Amino acid sequence: MKKMRRSMSGRVSGFLRDWSLPRQLAGESVMAEAAKSAASRALRPRLEEADKVGTSICPFCAVGCAQLVYAKNGKPIHIEGDPRSPVNQGTLCPKGAGTLGVLLSPERINHVLHRAPYSDRWEQKPLDWAMERIAQLTKQARDETFAETLPDGRVINQTLGLGSLGGATLDNEENYLIKKLFGGGLGMVNIENQARI
Amino acid sequence: MSLWDLANSDCIVVMGSNMAENHPIGFRFVVEAKQRGATVIHVDPRFTRTSALADIHAPIRSGSDIAFLGGVIRHILENDLWFRDFALNYTNIAHIIEEGYRDAEQGDGIFSGFNETSGSYKEDTWQYKGKVVPSSIAEHRVQTKGKGGGESQGMSDSPPPEDRTLQHPNCVYQIMRRHFARYTPEMVERVTGCPKETFLKVADALARNSGRERTGAFCYAVGWTHHTVGVQIIRAASIIQGLLGNVGRPGGGILALRGHVSIQGSTDIPTLYNMLPTYLPQPNIFHEHPTLEKYLEVETPETGWWHNLPKYVISLLKAWYGEESRADNEWGYQFVPKLTGDVSQLPMTLAMGNGLIKGQFMLGQNPAVGAVNSELVEMGFAKLDWMVVRDFALTETANFWKNGHRVRKGEVRPEEIGTEMFFLPTALAGEKDGSVTNTSRLVQWHDVVCEAPGDSRSDLWFIYHLGRRLKALYAGSTEPRDRGIQALTWDYPVRGARQEPDPEAVLREINGYTVADRKQLASFKEIKDDGSTACGGWMYTGVYPEEGVNKSRSRKPDKPGGSGSHANWAFAWPANRRTLYNRASADPDGKPWSERKKMIWWDAEKGEWTGTDVPDFTKDLPPGHRPDWSKHPKGMDALGGADPFIMEADGKCMLFVPSGLKDGPLPTHYEPIESPVKNPLYGRQRNPAAHLWQRPGNELHAPEDPAYPYVLTTYRLTELHCGGIISRVAPHTAELQPEAFVEIPPELARELGIRHLDWTVLATKRGEIEVRAMVTERIRPFTIGGRTVYQIGMPWVFGWEGYARGDVANVLLAITGDANTSIHTTKAITCSLRPGRVVRPPARAAE
Repeated sequence: MKKMRRSMSGRVSGFLRDWSLPRQLAGESVMAEAAKSAASRALRPRLEEADKVGTSICPFCAVGCAQLVYAKNGKPIHIEGDPRSPVNQGTLCPKGAGTLGVLLSPERINHVLHRAPYSDRWEQKPLDWAMERIAQLTKQARDETFAETLPDGRVINQTLGLGSLGGATLDNEENYLIKKLFGGGLGMVNIENQARI
Repeated sequence: MSLWDLANSDCIVVMGSNMAENHPIGFRFVVEAKQRGATVIHVDPRFTRTSALADIHAPIRSGSDIAFLGGVIRHILENDLWFRDFALNYTNIAHIIEEGYRDAEQGDGIFSGFNETSGSYKEDTWQYKGKVVPSSIAEHRVQTKGKGGGESQGMSDSPPPEDRTLQHPNCVYQIMRRHFARYTPEMVERVTGCPKETFLKVADALARNSGRERTGAFCYAVGWTHHTVGVQIIRAASIIQGLLGNVGRPGGGILALRGHVSIQGSTDIPTLYNMLPTYLPQPNIFHEHPTLEKYLEVETPETGWWHNLPKYVISLLKAWYGEESRADNEWGYQFVPKLTGDVSQLPMTLAMGNGLIKGQFMLGQNPAVGAVNSELVEMGFAKLDWMVVRDFALTETANFWKNGHRVRKGEVRPEEIGTEMFFLPTALAGEKDGSVTNTSRLVQWHDVVCEAPGDSRSDLWFIYHLGRRLKALYAGSTEPRDRGIQALTWDYPVRGARQEPDPEAVLREINGYTVADRKQLASFKEIKDDGSTACGGWMYTGVYPEEGVNKSRSRKPDKPGGSGSHANWAFAWPANRRTLYNRASADPDGKPWSERKKMIWWDAEKGEWTGTDVPDFTKDLPPGHRPDWSKHPKGMDALGGADPFIMEADGKCMLFVPSGLKDGPLPTHYEPIESPVKNPLYGRQRNPAAHLWQRPGNELHAPEDPAYPYVLTTYRLTELHCGGIISRVAPHTAELQPEAFVEIPPELARELGIRHLDWTVLATKRGEIEVRAMVTERIRPFTIGGRTVYQIGMPWVFGWEGYARGDVANVLLAITGDANTSIHTTKAITCSLRPGRVVRPPARAAE
């Protein structure tokens, strides 16, 4: 605390030294030298702490703005527009600029939830348990509803008993595997996404 | 067209979109064009930030777009303002249509071939005289008498008949003149409510900025697609662009502004019911698809690029079924399910309600907010045995059994809902890698930078491991029905302790490879129909052309003064082309139309097409080449050197569409599905081929119903994104738009005694909601046929989870479908409005 208590003359001379106006009048640029002060010289960019940076694409609309994601110890610390991109040249809209807030949202849920039939609550479950149960239920629903032919004998090899919605927020590779597994593997035809609506 | 190519436009019409607010970064190219002197026009019911930055704002009543655009077409034709050298050579304006063709003008809103009982058209009389024209679009079938039946000839026997003097009464030019004759400026004003002086300013600006030296562009979003005539609205714009020469040229085109990060990718590599990857038709029981041979026979056009279809289909089957895809088992064709009807999202919603669906996956979609008629949607959820929701926060869909509308209204308790629910947390961009495709077909890779928290996993992880478990469960089966899942190739390498599959391995499969030595395919020209190549999506071939080269990762923009195509920034399908049909940027002789608008031209010395983009044409086909019809040429051999539209059977841009549309060969004004006015142009009120699913809970309002007198439109906000929870749980964006509201013109507010910020109740036959009033002059009353029609509007992006909350607008909407796409109507319905609040039981409302 002692250090903080500077003499009046020290404070005045410090202020005069940092005061931008006389330096501007002396010819320093307001965009560069004259904008600096003792406090600003002590500032460090927060990106300096990042141990990793990578290219991302903004997760909202289909304009496809490029982003740079900065991380430290495996956690995101900053997201900004990628200045190299001819699409956005470093800019982002209010949603894109808020992307870090999506990744770090307090509402985010990081564990599997299960709600039993007729229950009034969610319960936390292990991921492996959920994956096995979903696989079993998928097989059961498929086996109960699969139709190899129509009554007149024409081959259809389909099931109407399973449905899938979604894809427009996912990657191309994810969409490809969804269509391949659900359509090409299981015979599902109820496969749709936001592009329809 | 590329987003950045908008900056080269001389006139930009934003219509069916609030681009400045909903695609703000894309809009910067519109602003750039304006700074270079372009005229910017916004045609929209509301005055928004897009209008504020435009030179002209033309207000129109929601759902009257075809009347407006039809007026522009008439203006161009009657004043001879079209780009003759372009349209006469590159479009079907001179083609002659069958004598039996009857226009909607003669049929009071109905074209020839309509069947009132089935509500559908047969297209026989819409064909080129003596021809059967195949449709180039996978989801649309030719409803005609079929090839070789009687006098009709195939497309490879001779060119379509035409009259280049345009005098023949059944040539497309004369048919269009008659069809649009009544779309006068006065009629435009009467139907749309837009003053005719304003309309004429728009038509003039478009016509003035066309020809050799100038180009114009249209930008649209779901303001065009969310109608029963959505496809025909876009068609009307494409007629204008064909007439004015605004296709395949710098600064010309029609740009669809799509709403989700990879909604283009999920259309190309479709999680859609009616297509296989990259626009191959899903086999259908009603379409003569019993065997692969028959499927290929009926689906492969004789002429044009799509003649290559068998190569793409067989290579897809090879990619999916590997060693079990052989010539002796139709390459595995019977493993692919055949459609037995329309199972697009809206019928799917109804199927849930009918108890047909037992298990449902929700993969980053939130239909409790985003799908029309929300209460009906939730009733369907409650009939499921189980539902898996994959998202990163709890959505209204995940919590429907707890906080849904019917629970909140006290109609049902959670203890009465039997649906077993799973919520699996997802990894977000930044926590997973993969590619997404933007609104200009740009495939861009994103990196994994940080670790997804806890049990959050990518959807690739989920699908891969679900598939792995299912393959294990079915491994011992001897049932023929299980052969498909057993045969499915599923050997993707995994990484790390979490066993995340490598998305590059999937992209390599999408790109395609040779089966024998697993070499990546560099071009879709290498794809074969003999099982020697495997390819998951032929239009994407070239994105991963050799081992270790992922072009979607390339990040080299052009330097200032460069060509401006940014060819080394990511990869644009197909073949890294930035502008489709760019052969049209040169005149029939292969010379640029002008120095100012040059892009692709014929280099006679080298004997090839060259320019600032990858030519969308046979590289060495001279402009003067004409097909040798004596040889009945197939595929690309049937196209000449001046036929730029290579995906069409005759290489011509279709002003008049003989095949492929379910509601007429020309756009025609019908009133929206619900409207406060009678159709001023035809006795036929609504699109006769639109999909209606009228039933209890989904009733429609009659035209001019006095109980529902106001036009309601819904839309998004800059700060909140679609039905997804994504921006409503992000603190910054939620704080900027914290609560739902309805925009009401002051005149109507005064009439109803509603003050700014008062509570109001909006109601339809489907349901009612309460929101606060935003009394604003942004929406003006319209004068339609001498009487005042009020329009109101509200954002549909709110719900009851997250921080930004409010009633769900989609409660009010009905399940209806566009004739061609089954897309719902959200932009023009009718409703009632009153001050006050909805009466809800207090116990549940508090949750």
